[in-house]
Amino acid sequence: MLTALDKKLLQEVADLHGEPPGAFNIRKDGKGIERRSLEGIEIIPKKDQPGIDVIVAPGKKGTVHIPVIMTETDLSDLVYNKIDVGREADINLVAGCGIHNPGSGNTRHDGVHEIIVRQGARLIYTEKHFGEGDKEGKRLLNPKTVLVIEEGGYAELELVQIRGVDQTKRVTEAEVKAGGRLVIYERLLTDGEQTADSDVLVKLMAEESTARIVSRSVAQGSSKQNFYPRLLAYGAGRGHVECDSIIMDQATVRSVPEIWAENSEAELVHEAAIGKIAGEQLIKLMALGLTDEEAEEAIISGFLK
Amino acid sequence: MLLLDNISLELETDQGKVPILHDVSLNMDAGKMYALTGPNGSGKSSVARVAMGIYKQTSGKVFYNGEDISELNISERARRGIGYAFQHPPRFKGMPVKDMLEMAMKHADGVNCQVLRDIGLCPEDYLERTLDNSLSGGEIKRIEIATILAQNPKVRIFDEPEAGIDLWSFEQLIDVIGSSHREDTVTVVISHQEKILNMVDEIVLIKDGTVNMRGDRDTIWPQIKESAECSCRSNCRLEGEIYADCPR
Ligand SMILES: Nc1ncnc2c1ncn2[C@@H]1O[C@H](COP(=O)(O)OP(=O)(O)O)[C@@H](O)[C@H]1O
Ligand SMILES: [Mg+2]
Repeated sequence: MLTALDKKLLQEVADLHGEPPGAFNIRKDGKGIERRSLEGIEIIPKKDQPGIDVIVAPGKKGTVHIPVIMTETDLSDLVYNKIDVGREADINLVAGCGIHNPGSGNTRHDGVHEIIVRQGARLIYTEKHFGEGDKEGKRLLNPKTVLVIEEGGYAELELVQIRGVDQTKRVTEAEVKAGGRLVIYERLLTDGEQTADSDVLVKLMAEESTARIVSRSVAQGSSKQNFYPRLLAYGAGRGHVECDSIIMDQATVRSVPEIWAENSEAELVHEAAIGKIAGEQLIKLMALGLTDEEAEEAIISGFLK
Repeated sequence: MLLLDNISLELETDQGKVPILHDVSLNMDAGKMYALTGPNGSGKSSVARVAMGIYKQTSGKVFYNGEDISELNISERARRGIGYAFQHPPRFKGMPVKDMLEMAMKHADGVNCQVLRDIGLCPEDYLERTLDNSLSGGEIKRIEIATILAQNPKVRIFDEPEAGIDLWSFEQLIDVIGSSHREDTVTVVISHQEKILNMVDEIVLIKDGTVNMRGDRDTIWPQIKESAECSCRSNCRLEGEIYADCPR
């Protein structure tokens, strides 16, 4: 049975109100607690490791929710999930992790996702992070996603962490084959003493492969952020990296985009910017009657949308 | 309704403090439309920015309906009823037009999309667009004007609203500024366009940071035209120049 707290966490990370539609697996405090497979979308617990295999049959359309929630203090959970999206399938997958740490020990989740998007398939993958707790116990989240997009496949990753996670190290690696397309939207806000690291490595393996990485972040308080988006073209691919950060207070932001081509037909672009909120933006919104705090809030929430 | 009383303004620049406005006094009455005109860099936008509270005058006072608002900040003045459509509206990554209009309407009554239609933008096409570089200069400018129409302040200052706007929308712009003007409103348009100057009651010529001339449109406009002696006409070093027009 899900408690009120469980439901709240599920709503935060997966926008769930009640039982998820479609196939799902809910993992709580290191154990799978509820699961439903559907015809064409099998969710199978792994035998030798913690975690699940999600197997989507060719041509299948549908939604899959595999959220993780943690409600205990002093707990560490490591999980290996494999997601196999069959040829021409079209899947909306919602992952994500919500931590409520009630005590003074650390609560930590490390999720390793291995994803394969097969020929002509399409995957929309959303991963939201959320943390809360009023004691000293920290909330730590370290996701690793390894993705292969086969010929003509498409994947869109939306990686969002807005508040409450003390420490995160995110690793995302992708290989995009001929005609495959990858889009990564990353949204991050850190505050207080929080730290966030994001390493993204995308390899464009062959002709007509494309990738776009759009990273937007806001660093407040004394928080620290490090971004290492890397885009490699082995084949005649096209890629674009865009990292844009708003820095405030005493925060630190480091952004190191890298582009690397080994093919003369490749086209890679990177743009990176760090700056405070533009004065004219604040002035414009205040001239509509917003206070300076309201103006700042509106600018940040738009920026992270 | 709005009174700028002996305003002087200095601004901090790389070269130190620079005087921008000197002893500018302007009294604007409800129900009237005004044009501020004058050469580039003469201080028109600075006058508007002082009225809005964006620039703080070095000396002088600003009154609104008899109240000294010199010490009020930008948002307090906006809530009192002063509005300013920027000459160069800033862009906002990720912020939809819809949110901007909703923020503008927060202190006004009624929410509707008519302000977009009035300025020639179809709500269906524009509400979800973000106010970033994907919009052209003319689109940003029109949205800025729609925002002020949505805000519906008592004092409306439009800063070169015609800039970047195509001819067809220009007609619409003049219509909408004119028809939204009311008896309890002051409308100020900063402009160089004769068509705009034609629709106002009074014209104020700003030159070198001061009020150089002001009065009824019908009296002042012929004088301004005559006095608009352009020094740039004679100073061309290109060979064979056959036609010189004043760039201002
Ligand atoms: N924020 C500022 N910092 C420094 N100088 C400014 C600033 N704003 C305006 N100025 C200067 O003040 C003068 C008047 O500018 P402005 O009021 O924008 O003129 P106008 O609107 O008539 O073209 C110009 O010389 C301009 O360079
Ligand atoms: Mg100006």
